[in-house]
Amino acid sequence: MTPPLLEVRDLHKKFGAVTAASNINVSFAAGETVGIIGANGAGKTTFVNMITGYLPPSYGTILYRGADITRRPPRDIARLGICRSFQVSQVFTSLSVIENLLTAVAIASSPGLAMLRPLRRPELLERAEVILERYRIAQHRDQLASDLSQGARKLLDIAMAVVSAPRVLLLDEPTSGISSEEKTALMDVVMEALKQDQMTILFIEHDMEIVERYVDRVLAFYQGEIICDAPPAEALRDAKVLEYVIGTEVQPEARGHA
Amino acid sequence: MLRDRTVQGLTVALVVLLVASFFVPSWIVNQMLFASARAIAVIGLMVLWRTRLVSFGHALYFGLGAYTVAMVSRYTPVTDAFLLLGAAAALATLLGFLIGFIIRRYRDIFFAMLNLAFSMILYGILVKTEALGSTDGFTIAAPTFFGMAFEDAQEGKVALLCVLLVVGWAVAVGVQMYLQSTLGRLTTAIRDNEIRVEYLGYSVERAIHIKYVLSALLAGIGGGFMALALGQVDPDSMVNWTASGELVFVTILSGPGSVAAPFIGSFVFEILRTYAFEWMPHAWQMIVGGTLLVIIFFMPGGMWALVTRLAGQRAAGGAPGMER
Repeated sequence: MTPPLLEVRDLHKKFGAVTAASNINVSFAAGETVGIIGANGAGKTTFVNMITGYLPPSYGTILYRGADITRRPPRDIARLGICRSFQVSQVFTSLSVIENLLTAVAIASSPGLAMLRPLRRPELLERAEVILERYRIAQHRDQLASDLSQGARKLLDIAMAVVSAPRVLLLDEPTSGISSEEKTALMDVVMEALKQDQMTILFIEHDMEIVERYVDRVLAFYQGEIICDAPPAEALRDAKVLEYVIGTEVQPEARGHA
Repeated sequence: MLRDRTVQGLTVALVVLLVASFFVPSWIVNQMLFASARAIAVIGLMVLWRTRLVSFGHALYFGLGAYTVAMVSRYTPVTDAFLLLGAAAALATLLGFLIGFIIRRYRDIFFAMLNLAFSMILYGILVKTEALGSTDGFTIAAPTFFGMAFEDAQEGKVALLCVLLVVGWAVAVGVQMYLQSTLGRLTTAIRDNEIRVEYLGYSVERAIHIKYVLSALLAGIGGGFMALALGQVDPDSMVNWTASGELVFVTILSGPGSVAAPFIGSFVFEILRTYAFEWMPHAWQMIVGGTLLVIIFFMPGGMWALVTRLAGQRAAGGAPGMER
């Protein structure tokens, strides 16, 4: 049996008296697309932050390709092949779109002393232009990142996260702040671009239509715990998910079957 | 994207200044010596400033460079300018490397004041130690250049100026190349968003440490040259917080637009200070302070912004060596 690409064992996170994540045991195979759902404060972002090294877990273990990466700094985890985008886009606002991508490409392809090589190298520029096209932001090429619309900035944030061709990509609410009409269009661009790289994708999302449309599997969080781990068709009809995540009134008999 | 002509511009300036140094009056030679020595240190501060880091204590390295030159010259048979400056550069780099492990974790006012704290420790040691010249400092014998000694003091100064101009050119070109490298371009990226730099896989602390060591090296070289140009060292003009303040002043006056800016800003500062002192010997600081206010309010891009404006170039992104 193939070992999981990413595995989380008994993960806990406490902020003082508040438990943000508790008893999380889950694994992800290569190529999976997983939707992470839950109400605000359910522990989704804490979970992503722990995997990507932004927050150290109180205890528990995170294994990536069999190696323990718990408490490794974000840059090490990114170098190993786990990258992320953010709920609030993290881009270089005083650089143009192409300069943002060029910086990302250059860091990804310049280990050690290669960082002293010029930034504007033809091969880096070529790679940055390809990503620019793939994420449909070529029309904003020379625009400052600070001047981009929310949607374009989200695309740039995600594009910067994938320049190093990671094996695992975590997207924290890729459609937040985007109008409902634009959400599907943005996700179509993102998922089509990501499909070409064959990576495992975990994304936090509040829009259940988006979840149903793009994912193979759903993880539902409630009060820091995973309350459901199933394919979308099953998860989005699960009584606990309906009650604690989606907020639908559940009949007692339905709850009994859950 | 315009072609960067910084290196060509610096090379032309070097040739012109080298030739001019043989013809200009001695007081101009002195001003050029002081201005160029300080400019080398200011280039290092400019690199930090581009990352939005301001040091109020770089006189630590400036003074260390100056005192290293003075001490080696006084207590050893070494008189060669290159060896003296090499020692100054090495010691400043070493100290910058060691202190950098602490400094790189801090930002904003803490970064600025920690540097000041370290510099005041050195100041305290110097003023209290007789063997280091105490508050009076001590004089330095005129250096030799590859075994060549100049009996005429003015000739010696012109020789030192020629060496200083060549070293200044090399420093400016080297820093320009660094700023064009991936690591150097991280100055803007770190200034904008440290989190993204970390998640792209590079250590922000390491990048800042490298910039800090570079700035310490340049301050050490600048201080070494200043000691040779003045022919003496003392704690108040080399290590005190006012010396750090002068470096920050010149950095703001110059502007962050180009590696050439510190040379212009530093020369303007020397002239301004000389004439302000001549005109108002007891209140010359008012004129210098007033100038700083004018720069901050009306010319936040410093002298370099004025140079580019006069040259008719577009200030935003169009100037040689300009970086957003």
